Amino acid sequence: MYTWKDIQKMCKSLPLHEVILNLEMFETGVDPKKLRGKLSDMLRIILEEAKDQYGKKHKTLTGMTGENAYKLNKHVPKFLSEFSYIATVTALSIAESNASMGRIVACPTAGASGIIPGVFYAIEKVYKPDFEKLLDSFIVAGGVGKVIANKATISGAAGGCQAEIGTAAAMGAAALSYFISNDPEKVANASALVLKSVMGLVCDPVGGFVEVPCVKRNGNLVNLAISSAELALSGIKSIIPFDEVVDAMKRVGSTLPQNLRETGEGGIANTPTAKNLILNLRKFLI
Amino acid sequence: MNLLKVLGPVMVGPSSSHTLGALKIARFVYKLIGGVPDEVTFILHGSFSKTYKGHGTDRALLAGIIGLRQDNPEIKNAYEIAKNFGLKFHFKLEDLGDVHPNTVKIKVKRDNVFHEIEGSSIGGGDIKITFIDSVPCELSWDYDTLVIVNKDAPSALKSILATIKVNVANLYLRRINLLQEKALTIIELDEPIENIEEIKSLPSVFECYFIRRDN
Repeated sequence: MYTWKDIQKMCKSLPLHEVILNLEMFETGVDPKKLRGKLSDMLRIILEEAKDQYGKKHKTLTGMTGENAYKLNKHVPKFLSEFSYIATVTALSIAESNASMGRIVACPTAGASGIIPGVFYAIEKVYKPDFEKLLDSFIVAGGVGKVIANKATISGAAGGCQAEIGTAAAMGAAALSYFISNDPEKVANASALVLKSVMGLVCDPVGGFVEVPCVKRNGNLVNLAISSAELALSGIKSIIPFDEVVDAMKRVGSTLPQNLRETGEGGIANTPTAKNLILNLRKFLI
Repeated sequence: MNLLKVLGPVMVGPSSSHTLGALKIARFVYKLIGGVPDEVTFILHGSFSKTYKGHGTDRALLAGIIGLRQDNPEIKNAYEIAKNFGLKFHFKLEDLGDVHPNTVKIKVKRDNVFHEIEGSSIGGGDIKITFIDSVPCELSWDYDTLVIVNKDAPSALKSILATIKVNVANLYLRRINLLQEKALTIIELDEPIENIEEIKSLPSVFECYFIRRDN
């Protein structure tokens, strides 16, 4: 198990994405070239689905969501940049596709599966990069996610939404920073800035279903990935190093009460409206 | 956790534990019986029984039992596909006792042969097969798996193992019927075997199923 500090030390002689693939080989014995091939298939599926689902209406399993991406796609943005707008529409589209049993890449989890497509589809549309360069950033996103998964958790049931969507956004911020700078230090700063901004975020799905508030959190927090990357690229540093922020997130997660960890019993799941919604849905859902 | 797991897997939504894990348990059964059953009953326990339609657990189970892979976009249409196969299916909600909250017991009938498999979806899409025909086990399906009904007699296991040329990772053996002299052997292997017919032809082997892992 490697900390971010370990990884960054190894970047003196190799680019970050290669360090991440090499470390994976030491741990699991998988040939870096083969692994790169598998990851490239996954990234292609992410981009394919982003294109296919972009701005579509979805019939989700409970019907509590399904038209958010469609609405935003019809709307002319007043504040978001072109990049953020594409990323937000994509994140909502994939999160709604997930809620309607569409094909997704659980990167890092199904509930937070909109963020990475948002980031990568926006890069593709706005920067039109070489696929291999995009793949390098995808690997870096994986490296950041892996450090969080191994040091803490990426599961909402274990650590709250900070661990799930927080990790997705940290991975997204890492990918964006790497795509522009190739600088491991900026990657760490961007990821740390994300996690610090969602520290303590609870997992409170209405009825336990991956729809409310999950879909809109994907849409909103892809923008946290973007702004955190922008901050890091400008030279702003996280005063607390990434590894320590992850440790703090883990401690916060494990002290969250059970009802705020994916049980569907606390937070916004425990509001009068949510309870009414579920009472009505129960008739159809069991 | 490895990189492929952090950045994936490719699946259909909405939940790795309620959808993907459920599908994998049912697909294990599909592979074990070697095709789509004639009739299936899914007995849902705990969290599976409370939220199954909202998480698509029902469609995932049906998709798995008709053999769809975890990334097949047709999973959402599993009801229609199952009906087209002429599959008779039932969902029951039951308390299966002191088991994992996401547990399902699957009873299948194919060509008048019955099987009963129980499995739990233990998080992140990982599964644990906990019973095969009332024999307790702990299969992750991370391995190629052999399930053998064999003669409950001296040297039966020896003759089976003598035909297996690849490395054995885990092995379970339980007597299932003393009067019929039957035992069930489950073997998890590091690599697929080529000589399944040879094992099937052993005098001590009554039934033999080979369940290849999904890659």
